[in-house]
Amino acid sequence: MELCSEEAVKYVWEGAIPLQIHLHESEVTTLPPPPPILVLGSRIGYLPLLVPLIKPHFSSTLPPGTDSVWFDYKGLPLKWYIPIGVLFDLLCAEPERPWNLTVHFRGHPGDVLTPCEGEDSVKWSYINSLKEAAYIINGNCKNIMNMSQADQFELWQSLVKGNMDDFLRISSRLKLGPLGEDCMVRSGSSLVQPRQAIGEPDFTGSGRPCRIPVRLYVRNISEDLDDLEDAVPIDCWDRISYINRPVEIHKEEGRLSLKCAMKTLLPEIFLEESLVNNHEFSREGETVGADSSYGDSETIGGLRNAQAEEIPFPGQAHVQLLKKSKIKMIRIQGIELDMDIPFFWVVNNLKNPEYFLHICVFMGTSSDQSTIR
Amino acid sequence: MLHLMQMILPRNGRRSTQIFPSGHGFLVREWVFHAEGYLALENMNQLSASEALTDDENYSAEEEPFDNATLVQSYNDDMHIYDFHIVYSFSYRVPVLYFRGYRCDGHPLLLCDIERDLPPYSLKIQNESKWTFMTQEEHPYLRRPWYTLHPCGTSDWMKLLLGGDLPSKSPDMLHYLSAWLSVVGQTVGLRIPLELHDKSI
Repeated sequence: MELCSEEAVKYVWEGAIPLQIHLHESEVTTLPPPPPILVLGSRIGYLPLLVPLIKPHFSSTLPPGTDSVWFDYKGLPLKWYIPIGVLFDLLCAEPERPWNLTVHFRGHPGDVLTPCEGEDSVKWSYINSLKEAAYIINGNCKNIMNMSQADQFELWQSLVKGNMDDFLRISSRLKLGPLGEDCMVRSGSSLVQPRQAIGEPDFTGSGRPCRIPVRLYVRNISEDLDDLEDAVPIDCWDRISYINRPVEIHKEEGRLSLKCAMKTLLPEIFLEESLVNNHEFSREGETVGADSSYGDSETIGGLRNAQAEEIPFPGQAHVQLLKKSKIKMIRIQGIELDMDIPFFWVVNNLKNPEYFLHICVFMGTSSDQSTIR
Repeated sequence: MLHLMQMILPRNGRRSTQIFPSGHGFLVREWVFHAEGYLALENMNQLSASEALTDDENYSAEEEPFDNATLVQSYNDDMHIYDFHIVYSFSYRVPVLYFRGYRCDGHPLLLCDIERDLPPYSLKIQNESKWTFMTQEEHPYLRRPWYTLHPCGTSDWMKLLLGGDLPSKSPDMLHYLSAWLSVVGQTVGLRIPLELHDKSI
């Protein structure tokens, strides 16, 4: 299986969600109200980048005042720093085409949503995510910090314009991939050890784990659901568990499947109910079990309370795991993936331009415990 | 790192209250460990710039027991209140500071208000690197917009501070957090009482 399929990457870059954007009724000052506007939202793009296309359509009807643009889907304010494709995959259990969104130019809910000051906010959110990914992969973000202003500008512009070739040309200099089958980061023809920046001595031995940037979004839907269209819409972000945590791969593990990668992020899901985990984990400052370490390679142990509705996932947002819950579906870049697919292929071909792999997980849960904190 | 956070706090999850007056900066209250995995230091009263006394490095007078009457006297509309949370970043494998401020009436502080409370050196950095030093991000657990100091350099300067590679289980790790806080705290004007460094749990 080839390392990196240009066809697949192109598929991701060209992916777009047809959006039908409605102006919120409270901001309509003219009769008849303006019709919604149809725009294509690039999967790897961000909603605020569409504002220059959307605003002219509505500007004649807006009430006076300064703009603070935000979007909502069925009342849920949308997080502008999450790529459009991920929002769509996560919030539309059954894909809705076109995807009906509401745009607001006033009344930004600053208590729940970080404000966006236009393209600059999005650009810097992107650069900071790229830095984080570089740090995860290499152990430092020097390659990003050392980018020239011109390169940074070009990289960002290539994303805004959806120009894959320009992006690949500039980003290849960053030495962030692709990931080999042995889970070592490759750069061109030479093998780059994880956490080895160019010019630095090789600190890594073969046992050093490889870290891969992943952002996981977990949503609970009813186990008995036959039709995804009937899934209860998300009305609050607390219903989604967000896990921003790298996948660690030890070289000895060999070829990793998507399922194995998921196990490292959501270990409880793969534990048998009857299995009592050996790791002791304490939340009260008691003695920590011998197996744990200070790194994030620790596995969270202990189904201490198997009857509990909520199994705390220490150090992360609470993942709402219920008895007998299991993964119903995994969606990445709009594709429902088979769990046996090689993880390295998924990472290389389906990651976003900031080098994070965004994974939407739909958990099937029993319907009488569907309320979530 | 997460275990470290649990280890520096006693079993009941609360640290003893420590209050000390200071010329400017923060009056320390108490630390609380939240089970999801973060440390909170809340309701810290930051006297606004207009209230601050002249910079005074002499703290000997301030080790006396704190007089509540003094606290009432200095309470006024200018007082800003801050919450600080220390959250572990799995990506950077270091602690990260999240904070937010509000006025006495509960109104959240805007970035420009917070900037006025920052020590001068931090303000300079903030002005130079608006998007990469101190930004508004979603709090990993509370899921609301909080301010945060970017952690990408933390690992490097912690290595300098603690000298050499960090041993994973040596007693020095117990001081990791107070060492970290002694640097990061200065960035936001948070004074750490000396007792925090002396106490060995």
